[in-house]
Amino acid sequence: MKAPPLPLLFTWAALLGLLAATLGLAYVPMPGPMNVVVALGISVAKALLVLALFMKLFRAPALTRAAAAAGLFWLAILFALSATDYLTRKVEHAGDLPAPTGREHQPGNR
Amino acid sequence: MTIATVTGKPGEPVVATKNYLTEEGVTLRSWLLTKDHKRIAILYTLSITVFFFVGGAAATLIRLNLVTPAGIFTPDIYNRLFTLHGIIMVWFFLIPSIPNTMGNFLIPLMIGAKDLAFPRLNLLSWYLYVGAGLLALFAILVGGVDTGWTFYTPFSSMYSNGYVVLALAAVFAVGFSSILTGLNFIVTTHRLRAPGMTWYRLPVFVWSNYATSVIMVLATPVLAITLALVAVERLLRVGIFDPALGGDPLLFQHLFWFYSHPAVYIMILPGFGVISEIVPCFARKPLFGYKFVVWSSITIAVIGFFVWAHHMFVAGISLYAGLVFSLLSYVIAVPSAIKVFNWTATLHKGWISFDAPMLYALGFIGLFTIGGLTGLFVANLAFDVHVTDTYFVVAHFHYIMVGGMVSAYFGGLHYWWPKITGRLYPEWWARIAALLIFFGFNLTFFPQFILGYLGMERRYYAYPPEFQFWNILSSAGASILAVGYALPLFYLGWSLVRGKRAGANPWAATGLEWQTSSPPPTHNFDKTPTVTRPPYQYRPEAEPQDA
Amino acid sequence: MPEAPANPMPEPQYATMEQQADTAAFGMWVFLATEILFFGGMLLAYTWLRASYPEGVAEAGRHTRIVIGSVNTLVLLTSSFTMAWAVHAAEHEQRRALVRLLAVTALLGLLFLGLKGYEYHTEWTEHLVPGLNFHEESAHAQAIELFYFLYFLLTGIHGIHVTIGIGLIVVMAVRARRGAFSSRYYTPVEVTGLYWHFVDIVWIFLYPLIYLVGRSGP
Repeated sequence: MKAPPLPLLFTWAALLGLLAATLGLAYVPMPGPMNVVVALGISVAKALLVLALFMKLFRAPALTRAAAAAGLFWLAILFALSATDYLTRKVEHAGDLPAPTGREHQPGNR
Repeated sequence: MTIATVTGKPGEPVVATKNYLTEEGVTLRSWLLTKDHKRIAILYTLSITVFFFVGGAAATLIRLNLVTPAGIFTPDIYNRLFTLHGIIMVWFFLIPSIPNTMGNFLIPLMIGAKDLAFPRLNLLSWYLYVGAGLLALFAILVGGVDTGWTFYTPFSSMYSNGYVVLALAAVFAVGFSSILTGLNFIVTTHRLRAPGMTWYRLPVFVWSNYATSVIMVLATPVLAITLALVAVERLLRVGIFDPALGGDPLLFQHLFWFYSHPAVYIMILPGFGVISEIVPCFARKPLFGYKFVVWSSITIAVIGFFVWAHHMFVAGISLYAGLVFSLLSYVIAVPSAIKVFNWTATLHKGWISFDAPMLYALGFIGLFTIGGLTGLFVANLAFDVHVTDTYFVVAHFHYIMVGGMVSAYFGGLHYWWPKITGRLYPEWWARIAALLIFFGFNLTFFPQFILGYLGMERRYYAYPPEFQFWNILSSAGASILAVGYALPLFYLGWSLVRGKRAGANPWAATGLEWQTSSPPPTHNFDKTPTVTRPPYQYRPEAEPQDA
Repeated sequence: MPEAPANPMPEPQYATMEQQADTAAFGMWVFLATEILFFGGMLLAYTWLRASYPEGVAEAGRHTRIVIGSVNTLVLLTSSFTMAWAVHAAEHEQRRALVRLLAVTALLGLLFLGLKGYEYHTEWTEHLVPGLNFHEESAHAQAIELFYFLYFLLTGIHGIHVTIGIGLIVVMAVRARRGAFSSRYYTPVEVTGLYWHFVDIVWIFLYPLIYLVGRSGP
């Protein structure tokens, strides 16, 4: 069996390097949400490597790239517009409320 | 391919014997294993008709119950009836109605292709649809599902006693049917257009179905996973959607409406496509503002995803989110209005003839406009608080879904009936049915606007006696509507046997589908057509639209 | 079973094999767009959970099996590499290499599933399966249970995708052995590869969301 093509081999090595990095950095305490930002940043880098070199997305026809972009764009819609509610909703946490009993609106209860 | 001819009755057009109805054989097996998009369209049409009348029967019983304030059925039966009506009509009639029947049949014909890109997926989609439909009927009829079509948690996940999991599984499966269809249409429209068929030469019907398919492919998976979560939650009693267990019921509603609001546009965009074909043909004029009509469809498909939480104004979302979604909901009225103005402008100074398809199309324009304008009412935060969960909302969406989409479905069915079957239907019967449907529809649903405004809540089996007058009007209208919907079964069925032979192009319409024989041969065209002109060239001397 | 010839004719709706191949790849990409939204619904639920119960999720994250999760990431990344290599071999008509690489990819997939199964087993014995045997003394028990609910759903549905992928790869390996592919016609291998890489990408995001949460904490 012939040796693997070098670009693929390097991509694999880079992916393993990023895996080691994300695992190590996860144990380093960072301020605020930085741990998750770093972890997801590394995930994005890994995903881009797979998309670019394994799936050859950026050499694919514009149409193919549009399909991939559409999936991500619509995912962004789902998150962004849900955030308009969740980031501005001022209620006590749902888990802190008493469990509904279904008897809240009995006539004697008003 | 050679076209053999048979001798018809004197004076009738000759007819191709080699057509898709007979070419592959006439055995049941040849139909159930077919890969021909036209045959699959017929399979869909037959099964959709069955579900339409099942859902319609439930609606009839609902209206019967509401004739008297005390109701006729028990509350349990009534809850099951509106659940049956909602689930069947939304997922087993409206969503697949035009795309899977006429879209399946016509998209390859209109773009000059021999079939859809993935014929096997197309057949798989039909089997998923039928399997899911039977499962849904079983779950609702035998297991008494009473959640309504919206499956709101925690009622659906914790308290309801019916076969909710089976009903969820059925909707999950029919979702994949619609994803496969959407995928097929998108890929076909991109990859299989005939030489010269540029994007701006595509009929609006193809554009509309393309926009619909984008929604199907990108919204339906969210519904599927959400319903799967509800099912697991119900089975395991763990609640991401149940406040008693630490979950958030609004999360369910966000995910559900992320699909179900765009799904409203799945249910109306194909109707826009049908109307955009019928109006130019029977006004004998090119479609006014072709590019505006086309891009308004695409805009609706995208902005349709930005408005979902207007279904949740009183559910406990933040006021800020309410404002954002209210404003975005106003925005989507713009592309919808653009379409109505363009159809109206197409009629202006046209040579209008009032054949049955045109009657349905004109009915569509009026009823859709009423449905759309009342949509602006409920997009308004303050007004929505007054009419949420009342018959005002019921009337609003029935004006869009039934007055709009079902009218478009019947209009399209009549318009392309000669192409699909090779036969002409009896024109006068068709006109009578169209008028009955229009009259019956308005009598059924206009009183519901008033009822809702006066405060009658939806989904209750009983109501205060002062609402009875309007309810009787509504139920009377429903009986007329039922006759109107049943009539085509008889005269269209009759035309299959006794109807006159249609010929290739009975309406003298433009469009590639009218250039091949009726019914078309299995591979649609003897020779792949080459397209040189924009669509709707009804008066070639009029200024060309193709810049 | 007779196999398709190495240079088969396109289906009737296509003019050329090239058009058919491009169309199949495009179709797979549209399907992957669907898949993004399919996982997206669960990811929104996860985001909600993590924002609502940060301490509970962090505590739950520290319960997860970091070694198995990391080794599995290594396995899946490697399988993606062998898959890409297999497509390269198909393109250059190296039939034996293609068959072997597909077999290695499928075996790595099975290894992933095996490790995942072992992980599920340990979670069962530690009473971490919501709804079936969940038992947790922590103050955040409710949040931890919800975390594990999403954990089993996300990894379970991902596992179903891995299983389907293995099935497709095995079919491709069998067809490759029979000589069904050539440098002119290897679309099925390419499309299977796209699916497999997508499954890998999903895992690339699940790994930090499940296993790395709360690791820097107490």
